[in-house]
Amino acid sequence: MTNYPSMESPNCPTPLPHSDRIVMGHGSGGLLTNRLVKQVFMPRIGNAILDTGDDAALILDNLKNSYAVHKLVLSTDSHVVSPLIFPGGDIGRLSICGTVNDVSMLGAAPLYLTAGFILEEGLDVKLLEKIVDSMHIAAEEAGVSIVAGDTKVVQRGKADGLYITTTGLGVVNYPNNISGASACPGDIVIVSGTLGDHGIAVLAARGELGFSAEVKSDIAPLNHLVQEMIAVSKHIHVLRDPTRGGLATTLNEIAHQSRVSIILDEKAIPIKPVVAGACEMLGFDPLYIANEGKLIAIVAKEDATYILKAMQKNPYGIDAAIIGEVHEYSSAEVLLKTEYGSTRILNTLSGEILPRIC
Amino acid sequence: MKYLSEFREANLIRGVLEQIHQISTQHWVIMEICGGQTHSIMRYGLDQLLPQNIELVHGPGCPVCVTSIELIDKAIAIAALPGVIFTSYGDMLRVPGSHNDLYSIRANGGDIRVIYSPLDAVRIARENPDKQIVFFAIGFETTVPANITSVLLAKSLGLSNYSILVSQVRVPPAMHAILNSPNNRVQGFLAAGHVCSVMGYWEYLPIAEKYHIPIVVTGFEPLDILNGIRMVVEQLENRTYKVENAYSRLVTEQGNIAAQSTIENMLEECDRKWRGIGLISLSGWRLKDEFAEFDAERRFSVESITPEESPVCIAGLILQGIKKPHECPAFASMCTPEHPLGATMVSSEGACSAYYKYGRKAMAI
Repeated sequence: MTNYPSMESPNCPTPLPHSDRIVMGHGSGGLLTNRLVKQVFMPRIGNAILDTGDDAALILDNLKNSYAVHKLVLSTDSHVVSPLIFPGGDIGRLSICGTVNDVSMLGAAPLYLTAGFILEEGLDVKLLEKIVDSMHIAAEEAGVSIVAGDTKVVQRGKADGLYITTTGLGVVNYPNNISGASACPGDIVIVSGTLGDHGIAVLAARGELGFSAEVKSDIAPLNHLVQEMIAVSKHIHVLRDPTRGGLATTLNEIAHQSRVSIILDEKAIPIKPVVAGACEMLGFDPLYIANEGKLIAIVAKEDATYILKAMQKNPYGIDAAIIGEVHEYSSAEVLLKTEYGSTRILNTLSGEILPRIC
Repeated sequence: MKYLSEFREANLIRGVLEQIHQISTQHWVIMEICGGQTHSIMRYGLDQLLPQNIELVHGPGCPVCVTSIELIDKAIAIAALPGVIFTSYGDMLRVPGSHNDLYSIRANGGDIRVIYSPLDAVRIARENPDKQIVFFAIGFETTVPANITSVLLAKSLGLSNYSILVSQVRVPPAMHAILNSPNNRVQGFLAAGHVCSVMGYWEYLPIAEKYHIPIVVTGFEPLDILNGIRMVVEQLENRTYKVENAYSRLVTEQGNIAAQSTIENMLEECDRKWRGIGLISLSGWRLKDEFAEFDAERRFSVESITPEESPVCIAGLILQGIKKPHECPAFASMCTPEHPLGATMVSSEGACSAYYKYGRKAMAI
């Protein structure tokens, strides 16, 4: 046999940037999504408020009329999860919590929601009733009212059962500007509980992977948790819910917005063994898996303990933990210290890792 | 045992590291064959913890990376045909062919489905009798049994609409190729544990003997890898050249006899081109003639495709352990996971992707 390689082609072909058609990776919440937003949306519809890059918009901040006693926050979110019902939740609960949480992440108390439905021809009305009931229960829990709505029907095959888009309005009563751009060196990073539960629960529910996992989605409205945190500290700098792209991608966004480095302690990051096990089997990293009932808080060091204790009293913050610190920007946005003393970088999710889950 | 935390236990890991520090007296170059091992090394930063005189180089064991551009082009051509449902492991969708990738075909209307088991492809074939279902059967020895079992299943179900595009490659010929290369620097191997769980390690005995090189069958957890390194270093320091097994919880010398006999019944050895490396004689498998009807290359007329590689990246040198990913001028600048120049940056097992993902761009280690 010819025993060594001919080296005839030690080269690789030029890449495919996928700028001419949408691929699934554009919906991952990672770099492709960012690029799409930057290249298609921002140049056309960008403005000072949209450019801030948070999950919700702070509006009417400067309105000087007598009615604007509060700052207003507005956010919108579309939900396309498959399957429609999964352990721990369904698309209805998701559509309420997703927007309630986005509004809450600027420190606002959400008050009103609107809901737009795209229904596929043939959808079982009983299923729709169940999903709308679930929206009602979630809205009650969050203490928000759904005050406007819209329904459209598309032909069979043109939608995956149903899609729901919700928009939420909330008011801020907090002295400081909570934003992804407000993290400061010295701040402490807190996460409100275990990571990756939602993504793994949805994946297991699809049954495509031939595994079942006793894990429920963490979908929850976090507005009460946020209000309880705000009540104990005036030094909460950043709040964000690590949905698509998971903890790693969300922290990269924050570090980028705030121009800082975030250093995490790997062993302090709470992950359920069942989620860790499923991720091992599937080759996923739980730090990139979506959550729907978790938040990241970046807070002043002196208040971290109070805030952590306040969080742990709320049922949605029982497993809250301090997982890292903010530093002056050094070599990378997000670094992870392993238990063994080595360090690695956590990058932004680049393409599609999972079928759509939120 | 949960097999999740035990092999990552910090105290045990520190213990093995200490032993490696104690026994190593000179510079040694060790290649981990498998891309899964490369990723563990990067994920846990194991190379940062080793003595500076132990150099790890990353082997060709990433099936996505080494799948030849001809086969990618054939996959793209088949996937674009009307009436075809093309099924593949997810990574392959992003690997660029000469002009295109499978993602583009899907975005343009091709029916391409990501599956996690070849048996899902057979299920799709049963559910769609009026369509041709093709599965992209890539991989090393590890994936062979499951991939070809799908053919047996399709045959027993009498399915005439199922075929596989075979890109199966074997580790031992690649080891010969590396060791015979005039540029070879490798002095010891961590053999790929999962490959050996199927094939055993009897095939490696003559290699260790012929080239005077220690080979240690090694797993994928931090403790497995460090233990494998410790055993290779020990042999190098003692001038012994044996095959040892550091993954005995899964691997025996004989391997999985049933899987090997299925392989023998259904496949024959053939020459295969490795992307970025070139032709390695008898380094792959193809379906025997009696299974020709399940061979997608023969079912669809795609034999005459001529690929075009454009000279940009150094994946070939990386796959042979001659260069490291960060030594490529395009690494992390022109070439990133979302804008890959080569398959080594695409695959989750690729060395460039491991370097990028775990932060070797900025740390420049």
